[in-house]
Amino acid sequence: MTIQADSIRKAFPILSRTVNKRPLVYFDNAATTQKPQVVMDRLMHYYSYENSNIHRGAHFLSQQATEAYESARATIRAFIHARHNHEVIFTRGTTEAINLVAYSYTKKFVKPGDEVLISAMEHHSNIVPWQIACQELNARLKVIPMNERGELDMEAYAKLLTGKTRIVALTHVSNALGTVNPLKEIIRQAHNMDIPVLIDGAQAIPHMAVDVQDLDCDFYCFSGHKMYGPMGVGVLYGKEEWLNQMPPYQGGGEMIREVTFSGTTYNELPFKFEAGTPNVADVLGMESAVKFISHLGHEHIAAHENALLEYALSQMEQLDQIRFIGTASQRTSVISFLFKDIHPYDTGTILDKLGVAVRTGHHCAQPIMDFFEIPGTVRVSLAIYNTKKEVDILIEALKKVREMFG
Amino acid sequence: MTSISDKEQEVVNEFELFDDWMDKYNYIIELGKSLPPIDEKHKEDKYLINGCQARVWLHARMEDGKVVFLADSDALITKGIVALLIRVLSGHVPQEIIHADMTFIDEIGLKEHLSQTRSNGLLNMIKQMKLYALAFSKTSAK
Repeated sequence: MTIQADSIRKAFPILSRTVNKRPLVYFDNAATTQKPQVVMDRLMHYYSYENSNIHRGAHFLSQQATEAYESARATIRAFIHARHNHEVIFTRGTTEAINLVAYSYTKKFVKPGDEVLISAMEHHSNIVPWQIACQELNARLKVIPMNERGELDMEAYAKLLTGKTRIVALTHVSNALGTVNPLKEIIRQAHNMDIPVLIDGAQAIPHMAVDVQDLDCDFYCFSGHKMYGPMGVGVLYGKEEWLNQMPPYQGGGEMIREVTFSGTTYNELPFKFEAGTPNVADVLGMESAVKFISHLGHEHIAAHENALLEYALSQMEQLDQIRFIGTASQRTSVISFLFKDIHPYDTGTILDKLGVAVRTGHHCAQPIMDFFEIPGTVRVSLAIYNTKKEVDILIEALKKVREMFG
Repeated sequence: MTSISDKEQEVVNEFELFDDWMDKYNYIIELGKSLPPIDEKHKEDKYLINGCQARVWLHARMEDGKVVFLADSDALITKGIVALLIRVLSGHVPQEIIHADMTFIDEIGLKEHLSQTRSNGLLNMIKQMKLYALAFSKTSAK
C-alpha cells in the first residue's frame, strides 16, 4: 500500500474547508496535526455511551471505562514497543512529561554541582523545566552545541559527558530545523557512563516508527495532538527501574495506596504518576490516532512524507534567494526558511491571505534563532495528507510574496 | 486642526477604495517603505515594544504641547500599520490620544493584526503610545 493523500484527506473533515475564500493548505503540522474523523468519533462515543470515572466504581460503566483506558495503555505500549504497560504514563502532553522527569528524577538523583546535559536545538519545553530544576538544586545546565547545518557536534558531546552528568535530555527531531538526531549513538555513549537519556519525541512520533527498547532510551515523551490525536493528552514512557525509584510528581487521588494524616503510601506504577481523574476520553482518542497511524504503516507514512519533502525542497530551491535554516543530512518533514530579505512575519501574513497556513517566528526555540542570528523563520511542516498540488500552491504563493515585497 | 477621529475617518475612506486584499496590502507595504527611518539611537532595546515576531521600536517627544511619535519595525506590513497609527495619533495633545478609540483598524479590515496570536506587538504599540501620552499629560500638568 502506498499512501494516496487524496483518499486520506477525506478522513480529515477540516481539510475541505476554505480560509480567506481559498482552499485551506495546511502546512503547520509541527504545531498540531489535524484530526481524522475516527478520532473525533471516538471522543463522541466515549461521552455518549461510556463516560464514567475509572479505577473506582464497582458499577458496569466504570469497569468498562477502566478497561478501555487500560486497553489504550496496552495499544500505546505496543506502538512504541515498551516492555511493560506500566511504563506508559499518561500526561497532558510532552511538556508535562518532561516536567515530570525534570522534577521527580532530579529530586532524587541530582545534587549540587551535578550537571544536566541538553542540546542547542531544544524546544523551550526541553530547556525551561531543566533550568528550573537546576536552579532549585544548584546544578548546572550544559548544552551540546550544533553546527551551521543544524547537526549536533558529536565530538563536543563526548567531552560534555562527565562524571557529573546526571541526565541527558534531547530532542529526537528538531521542531525548528527538522534535524533527526543520531539517538542510538548518543544513548550508547551516555549509557557507557551510566547516564540515563530522556528523549523529546513530540516531532518524531508522527513521522517514524519509534521502538523504545531498540533505542534503549530511559524516557521518551510525546503528545497526542501532534500525531492526529486530541489536544491535552500525551505520554511519558519510562523504564520501570527509573520510574520506581522516582518520587511522585503530583499528589492526589488515584496515585495513593493508603492515606492517613500522618502519612501516605503511594500506588504502584503507572498510577503513582497519574494523580487525579485522568483524561480518559482523550486517551481513547489518542489510541484511535495510534491505530490510524498503525493502519497506514509508518514505512508508508515516511515514504510519502520524505518524497513530498524532497519535492518541496527541489521546487523551493528554484525560487530566487531562498535560505534554508537547517540542512542536516538526516531530516524529516520540516522546512524552515527565509525568503530574500523579507521578514518571516510579512511572508506568513501574505501566505495566510492566500490560504496557506505556515508557522512564522522563533518556534519556541529562541536559542536556535540566536545561533543563526535571525529573528525567526517561516516553517513549512508536512503530514500524511499533504500533496504535491499543495506544494505547488505554496510555490505560487511565495512568488506572489516576492512580487509584493520585491 | 483635524481631530484624531477625523483622521481615522480619512483612513477608512482611503481604504474603501481598495477592491481586494492585495491592493490593500500593497498600499500598507508602501506606507511601511515610506515611513521615515528613525535615528539609530532610538532603535535600542529600551524602545522596543514587546511582541513575539516583528520588532517595533517606538519613541515619543513633546512639541508645543503635542505628542510626536517616531517608530520603526523590521517587518514591512507591521511598519505600514505603524505608519497608519502614527499618522492618526502623532501631533495631538495627550488627552486626545489617551481617549482615542482607534476603531479604524477594525474598520479597514486589519483587526487580525491586533489579535494576541499574531504576537506582533501592535496592540502593545497602541497601549505604549497611550502610555507616552499619559506620561506627558502628567509632566505637563505639573
